[in-house]
Amino acid sequence: MAAERKTKLSKNLLRMKFMQRGLDSETKKQLEEEEKKIISEEHWYLDLPELKEKESFIIEEQSFLLCEDLLYGRMSFRGFNPEVEKLMLQMNSKNKREEVKDEAVELDVSDEEMARRYETLVGTIGKKFARKRDHANYEEDENGDIKPSKAKKMFLKPQD
Amino acid sequence: MAPVMAEAASVAAESLGGGRARAARTVLDQVVLPGEELLLPEQEDADVPGGAGEKLLRLNAGARSRVRVVCGPGLRRCGDRLLVTKCGRLRYKEPGSGSGGGVYWVDSQQKRYVPVKGDHVIGIVTAKSGDIFKIDIGGSEPASLSYLAFEGATKRNRPNVQVGDLIYGQFVVANKDMEPEMVCIDSCGRANGMGVIGQDGLLFKVTLGLIRKLLAPDCEIIQEVGKLYPLEIVFGMNGRIWVKAKTIQQTLILANVLEACEHMTSDQRKQIFARLAES
Repeated sequence: MAAERKTKLSKNLLRMKFMQRGLDSETKKQLEEEEKKIISEEHWYLDLPELKEKESFIIEEQSFLLCEDLLYGRMSFRGFNPEVEKLMLQMNSKNKREEVKDEAVELDVSDEEMARRYETLVGTIGKKFARKRDHANYEEDENGDIKPSKAKKMFLKPQD
Repeated sequence: MAPVMAEAASVAAESLGGGRARAARTVLDQVVLPGEELLLPEQEDADVPGGAGEKLLRLNAGARSRVRVVCGPGLRRCGDRLLVTKCGRLRYKEPGSGSGGGVYWVDSQQKRYVPVKGDHVIGIVTAKSGDIFKIDIGGSEPASLSYLAFEGATKRNRPNVQVGDLIYGQFVVANKDMEPEMVCIDSCGRANGMGVIGQDGLLFKVTLGLIRKLLAPDCEIIQEVGKLYPLEIVFGMNGRIWVKAKTIQQTLILANVLEACEHMTSDQRKQIFARLAES
């Protein structure tokens, strides 16, 4: 009688979390399948054939600007409107920008100069991250022969 | 013009008779007619009639290198086909530094302007209605321009735009189903020369082809004009030109020269500019 009663436990009850520990694998599978069936029946889907849009290799572009490399539409000559003249140079040099950039790089700080500058910076920045106690050591380690900061700071009387 | 016409006639006869698509590569700088179909280089092998062609196509399908081709004004994509919508000469530009199949377009002559996104045009303010200005741009429909689309404009600080002012602006919305919309700022919010065009000056209309000719990077006409006297010009892609010089006489000369130079040979142009430089 007891065994028969056990099987009569309702499905909803068996689905509960605390009941699942005691279930055997077969009933577990059965329950899972039933759950899946319910979910798939409830799912909506469009009754349409699958869209097969091929990637197009033709791009439409209705502007002449791209095709003919047209200039900027505002122009001023011989100083009639200096603002527009400046703008003209700026807008029309867009396609020549790359060349200009290269020149600018050359004009700027050279690599050697930068390396030299950073060389001196290594000590200063390193000191910043060192603890106070290590400051003195740091100075000795890095430039032991110079030791400019070793000299004790004193009040210097200003000269008249 | 006569040889062009003859050429066009022969093309028409050919396309009517044959009805077959021509390869775009073979008709470069030749006249194409609306309705014609063009074949891109990678589609050419598909054109071979009969079973052999089909086999060839299937064999090559995997190996074919597919590059993106841009079809400019006068051409339209229809599925995988490329159709011509304007009458004119087919032009081609080699792809730039990046990969791609280059740009094809039709160099056509027309007077009617159709708004295109990104074009810079000259418009006339025809109405002020609340937050929006109505701008006549010479197209089928007036464009709208928000009062906030000016540099430095806020809800409190309205731009000073009156009915009848000339506006140099750019299209942000331009398609066949919607009202075109203009702005007078770029994507960074700067005016970059757009906005209300200054007082005085003279506005006149020319064909769209002439505008493109004058804006070409190596245009002799503009270089010559610039040497004459101090002056300012604004070109709108909608066929409008605004000019201004120190005196009314100079402004009128300028307008007449620009208008007349469309159908002149380079020799004639040189003569005119020599005469102008003397006076």
